[in-house]
Amino acid sequence: MFEIVRNDILAPQVHRLVVKAPRVALARKPGQFVIVRLREGAERIPLTIADADPQAGTITLIIQAVGPSTQEMVATPAGAALRDVAGPLGRPTEIHRWGKVVCVGGGVGTAVLYPLAKALAEAGNQITTIIGGRSAAYVILRDELARFSRQVLVTTEDGSLGTQGLVTASLAEILADPQRRPDAVFAVGPAPMMQAIAEQTRPLGIKTIVSLNPIMVDGTGMCGGCRVTIGDRIKFACVDGPEFDGHLVDFAELQHRQNTYREADCRLERRLRELKAQHQP
Amino acid sequence: MSAELTPKQRMAIPRVAMPEQDAQERSGKFCEVNLGLGEAAAIEEARRCLQCRNRVCVEGCPVAVRIPEFVGFVAEGDFKAAAKILREDSALPAMAGRVCPQERQCEAKCIRGLRGQPVAIGWLERFVADWAQQHLAPPSPPARRTGYKVAVVGSGPGGLTAAGELARMGHEVTVFEALHAPGGVLRYGIPEFRLPKRTVDAEIANLQALGVKIECNVVVGKTLTIQQIMQEFDACFIANGAGLPVFLNIPGENLKGVYSANEYLTRVNLMGAYLQEAGGTPVARGPVAVVFGGGNTALDAVRTARRLGSERAILAYRRGRDEMPARIEEVHHGQQEGIEFMFLVNPLEILGDQEGWVRAIRLQRMELGEPDASGRRRPVPVEGSNFELEADLAIVAIGTRANPLLTATCPELKLNKWGNIEVDHRQMTSIPGVFAGGDIVRGGATVILAMGDGKNAAAAIDEYVRGRPKR
Repeated sequence: MFEIVRNDILAPQVHRLVVKAPRVALARKPGQFVIVRLREGAERIPLTIADADPQAGTITLIIQAVGPSTQEMVATPAGAALRDVAGPLGRPTEIHRWGKVVCVGGGVGTAVLYPLAKALAEAGNQITTIIGGRSAAYVILRDELARFSRQVLVTTEDGSLGTQGLVTASLAEILADPQRRPDAVFAVGPAPMMQAIAEQTRPLGIKTIVSLNPIMVDGTGMCGGCRVTIGDRIKFACVDGPEFDGHLVDFAELQHRQNTYREADCRLERRLRELKAQHQP
Repeated sequence: MSAELTPKQRMAIPRVAMPEQDAQERSGKFCEVNLGLGEAAAIEEARRCLQCRNRVCVEGCPVAVRIPEFVGFVAEGDFKAAAKILREDSALPAMAGRVCPQERQCEAKCIRGLRGQPVAIGWLERFVADWAQQHLAPPSPPARRTGYKVAVVGSGPGGLTAAGELARMGHEVTVFEALHAPGGVLRYGIPEFRLPKRTVDAEIANLQALGVKIECNVVVGKTLTIQQIMQEFDACFIANGAGLPVFLNIPGENLKGVYSANEYLTRVNLMGAYLQEAGGTPVARGPVAVVFGGGNTALDAVRTARRLGSERAILAYRRGRDEMPARIEEVHHGQQEGIEFMFLVNPLEILGDQEGWVRAIRLQRMELGEPDASGRRRPVPVEGSNFELEADLAIVAIGTRANPLLTATCPELKLNKWGNIEVDHRQMTSIPGVFAGGDIVRGGATVILAMGDGKNAAAAIDEYVRGRPKR
């Protein structure tokens, strides 16, 4: 059992959990994740390790409640425990001294962005951060990111905070300015956002790293459910990723596969209707 | 009494039949197919054993269970004595009795099989193990402790067997398991209808009663490294399996509705997708499921799809029936349950619909040519024989490769060109005190071969640690 030390609300449906997991806290590097199971019978859920305190033996997880499993997880109070935490999994972020780096986070993707942006800053990169959300309430980790970013730009779709619009617009301004043009871009968020950013940087030849979140089960390479197409090769996001060269990712396929279980029941019903119709012309 | 039976009388007894769940009824359920022998049937079957002086059946057993002895006690109705032998010789008898390919091992060697049917050794093993579970107290740790600490990586059949052996020798054993529950392939791979999870739980509880400690959620190579383990333990046995699924490398393999058998079975077995609980793990279902492969895993997957409601559950294998590596009993059970076997076909492409779901499989017919390196006749394509098969699910069960998760963080471990760990005759790796066995050494093998490795490695580890100063 892994005790929840703290459970704070960061935004509507977004919680920050500090969890006792001493071995993970010690071994973890930026960019890695854990697989968490709240209780017996629950799903295994991959979550990025947002931060860790090896001395205290704790890790920080930022969880957005999107389905029944994550709902239940964020509703678990401090003092209670997560049944299973396995990790750290995945490859750590490759930290280079790029020079100027723009880090872009969309929605809860900002939580995944945070540890790698921090590590990039610690390695001596000049960080400009762009974060976006639906509205002001959905913009998370702004102050935390501001601690090591040269500049934090905020966009909201409704204009309730920062610039109205999408993160891609703010990035476009930076890319258009030769003085500010970055040596690398790190982008984490919904697949369409990462795809759009990869298309923005492609013509400029700017290295663009994205962090993918396909459906996973074991997280150790055993099932292959998280396979993604990178260039002309199939990779397992859990062991080969989760970070990949954004210019090589097949985002359309990623989005299709992410929708598997949202569509599965409808599809089954439709197929059964079709077959029934075939049998009774 | 059986002791008074003449060989002729023994030879006159026909082999017992295994009671089974009705095939029609069970094809929608996950309860165990084989119901197990009753006491009278077990005694009758055991009386068929000729108690040969030349114990060839034992030679056929990778863990060298003293078969004539335990069968002899069953024939006398002394199940307790039979159970004592099994517990001494095998850490997991209830599992082995259910999933071993006996027809290629002990029963293949049985002298009675030369004329007629061999003794049903597997069913008797299962009977005794289940009887012991119901009637005997769990085993207790040995009184004498050696003070040596041994780590085991992986709680599949190889790791558990080694752990049990080492614990009985008096060593302090800790098993590290990457998943949230112990058992490895016995838990995530082999379905409930072939190996009930309560059987797995019971045998693991017996090992814990012996003093084996099991720590789940420890991914060796990530959470801990082999170097860290060796700072704390006197020896280590790596039995983390061969968990990387192999795909066909054909177009359409990333469509929705395509699974590796590992993923499909893990969702259903380990994660309990068939229970359809709220907040649980889902699995896709469809009227037509096609499984590629001809081994036990392929059969497990296709029979699982059938149970999850596929009206047509098709096993598509590129060789013929005689070349199938699956256990005969499973093929037979699959046939009873309405599995369609499609032999000598090779998938070329998985075709999708507009929404990215599997719609059909394009296959090619094959014919058998000359024998290949495995001794089986090599399938060769028949020109112009392509055809389409409507499908909703496509499950790839053509094997696994070595998972580099552990070995990548331990460069001192010598590997072969396939990424499997190299070991010497004692199963020691290139790192002194680190041993390995099962699929990570052999590539894809069977539960019982992994158990054999676990048993042999335990003996070698015992010898190794005893030659070292105590910490």
